[in-house]
Amino acid sequence: MLLDILKYPDERLKQESQPVMAFDDALRAFVTNLDETMRAGPGGVGIAAPQVGRFERIVIVDISAMRKLPAGSSCSGRMLLINPEIIEWEGMVMGREGCMSVPDYTGNVIRAESIRFTACDEFGQQHEYACEGFEARAVQHEVDHLDGLLFLDRLVSRRSDLFRRKVYRKKNIK
Amino acid sequence: MNEHWYMLTLVGRDRPGIVARVTSALFDGGCHLGETSMMRLGGNFTIMMMVRFAGTTHALEQLVAGEAESLGLRLHVDRVEAGLHKHVEPDVRITVYGADRAGIVAHVTSALAEAGLDILDLISDVGGTEQAPIYILHIEGRALAGIPALVSALDIVKGEGVDVQITPIELMVG
Repeated sequence: MLLDILKYPDERLKQESQPVMAFDDALRAFVTNLDETMRAGPGGVGIAAPQVGRFERIVIVDISAMRKLPAGSSCSGRMLLINPEIIEWEGMVMGREGCMSVPDYTGNVIRAESIRFTACDEFGQQHEYACEGFEARAVQHEVDHLDGLLFLDRLVSRRSDLFRRKVYRKKNIK
Repeated sequence: MNEHWYMLTLVGRDRPGIVARVTSALFDGGCHLGETSMMRLGGNFTIMMMVRFAGTTHALEQLVAGEAESLGLRLHVDRVEAGLHKHVEPDVRITVYGADRAGIVAHVTSALAEAGLDILDLISDVGGTEQAPIYILHIEGRALAGIPALVSALDIVKGEGVDVQITPIELMVG
């Protein structure tokens, strides 16, 4: 079942979500709907429960369906992340973000280039993950939703120039 | 009376308060602002803005004329076919820099146009010292014939003494 996406300026997007306590069938049914809603969005590679009005710490990220995997990105397939905690950040990189909750606008945001994090699966089992590049960006964007933050809260000026630190990328596109 | 979009251009010597005074005059006159670009260029302040207004070009000019005159700004108003929510997403970002000399922008953009670049946004600046100025060009656009075509075009330009970075913009929608 497709769920309705809350759109800014809906104030509910700014509230903090609570940890999941019960890893039950109701949770798993919700995750199925959340996944379906993410895939129905144009180009959506991630979704967070508060985007559909459920204020619990649940995120799905899956960049594997992209036509072309961005250079320098890890690809872990579908990750269901419940109660995620980012435990390590490394590097900084600017990239372009959009959001299903903020239609018709994209902007530049600085994120950690690689992260390590822990999260539970739908049965409450904890796992540890490491992501890089585009995939790490997607995870950070979604975890922000759980804390009531939108990419609009992290926009940097279009005149800011962190791009020069990315010189090594030249070799990736040839 | 029906509202129309106008493109309003104001240019004059920079001083504090220009934006506040001009936009207040427009607001008091019943205008709505759309997308705008306002920046300081070489000691001048330049404004280009979409203004929605239910009146004639002349009536809109009259709304701003007083403030424009007292701020020493030249004013130009065009009625335009325009609309909001017409964003086009860039897929490539190009930075070019080098010792300043006549023709950098013309050469670079001609080579890029021939290789299929549609420029959506361009900002350029002159830095360095008066004795040894450097020119810096930031472009965002759409690579209509693919990024490798732009890389080849820029390889030729690089022989002319400018440094070039080209980076795909990978939009992350979460």
